Amino acid sequence: MILRALWILPACAMLLAVAIAHAEIPAQERKSGAEFMSPQTQAMQADDASNPGMLAVLDGEAAWNEKAGAANKACADCHGAAEQSMKGVSARYPAFNAATSQPIDVAGQVNQCRAERQQAQPLRAESRELLALTTYIGLQSRGMPVAPPDDERLTPFRERGKALFNQRLGQLNFSCAHCHEDNWGRKLGSAPIPQAHANAYPIYRLEWQDVGSLQRRLRNCMSGVRAAPYSYGSLEFIELELFLAERARGMAVETPGVRP
Amino acid sequence: MARALINVPAKAKKGEIIEIKTMLSHPMETGFRPSDDGKLVPRNIIKRFVCTYDGEAVFSADLFPAISANPFLSFTLVATNSGVITFSWTDDNGQTQVQTAKIEVA
Ligand code: HEC
Ligand code: HEC
Repeated sequence: MILRALWILPACAMLLAVAIAHAEIPAQERKSGAEFMSPQTQAMQADDASNPGMLAVLDGEAAWNEKAGAANKACADCHGAAEQSMKGVSARYPAFNAATSQPIDVAGQVNQCRAERQQAQPLRAESRELLALTTYIGLQSRGMPVAPPDDERLTPFRERGKALFNQRLGQLNFSCAHCHEDNWGRKLGSAPIPQAHANAYPIYRLEWQDVGSLQRRLRNCMSGVRAAPYSYGSLEFIELELFLAERARGMAVETPGVRP
Repeated sequence: MARALINVPAKAKKGEIIEIKTMLSHPMETGFRPSDDGKLVPRNIIKRFVCTYDGEAVFSADLFPAISANPFLSFTLVATNSGVITFSWTDDNGQTQVQTAKIEVA
């Protein structure tokens, strides 16, 4: 709450400072969000014994092996060891889903398997179990480069994600690019503005005292500029995720990240 | 059962100072937070943590409401002999979670 109020002042000052066209961040200047954190928070992320996101990984491993639904099958019954079958999956998602002719992110794919393969209730967005599974799957790509697929069916969606990134939003009338391309490295209240790379998600955020998805993070940014956030799982979010993945191409996956 | 991350070196030399790290998955509900229906979520925090080494208490801590969720505790012990190190966390509801780790001291 306090944080939200603090956004307003510097935001007004920034209104004057922002340029009209946004400069895309050159490859050699790209920095993970972790680089903007204090050394203490970086150390917390780097050590699996102190990274609280690893608790979600343990939950995810248990959920992976648990039978569920009318099919009475566990993820492991079809996919085997996640260390092999899920290696690199989060690094290349969102992917194109032929069944729906739409892009799908990892959380959406997990729920599709829940519904269709396990014949179980889909997991609620941001529920402990869904985050546990997506964090566990994400960990299997840790250290691998973000590698969005060369699938031209994704192109129109990614382009729309780019347009959303550059579109002004909310009462404060800022686009994502105003903060994350024109003003990264500067401060908003006490928070450094990162470049908005999505390579560490799901993250454990100290402010949340919990793990959360990329979409939860994006909803925070949207309410920060007093825009009505898109809903969880909406096509807008998947399109933004596609664009963010392209922007972070080649950066190492850090899941589970820790953020302040 | 809640999950815990415990880091104890598997082997140590006699007399060596070893670092222990523990983290328990726990919401540490302060009792001041309203839930979606507007009612306060009852307080439920870890109140006490005890570490025993071969049955003897070697480290303990009282915890209070301002401590973050998933409390992380790190401390050092002197490795005296091979044995079992036990960790226990007790919350407001009186529930105690116990985890153990083995250490080999040569
Ligand atoms: C008014 C400035 C502002 C706007 C507009 C804004 N953000 Fe952010 N964003 C931030 C700040 C500040 C943070 C860092 C959060 C913190 O530490 O509180 C952040 C964090 C992020 C992160 C997390 C990066 C990481 O390393 O964890 C992503 C991704 C992101 N924003 C994407 C977006 C997108 C997409 C939009 C448009 C829908 C957007 N942001 C709009 C200021 C902004
Ligand atoms: C009955 C078998 C079955 C079960 C059970 C099952 N899946 Fe799947 N899963 C599949 C098949 C088949 C595919 C690939 C085809 C598709 O797109 O649906 C798949 C694809 C996936 C993918 C995408 C992999 C990639 O390389 O793109 C993920 C992630 C995934 N499943 C996660 C899960 C999780 C998590 C669970 C447990 C909650 C689960 N699955 C349960 C059969 C299953």
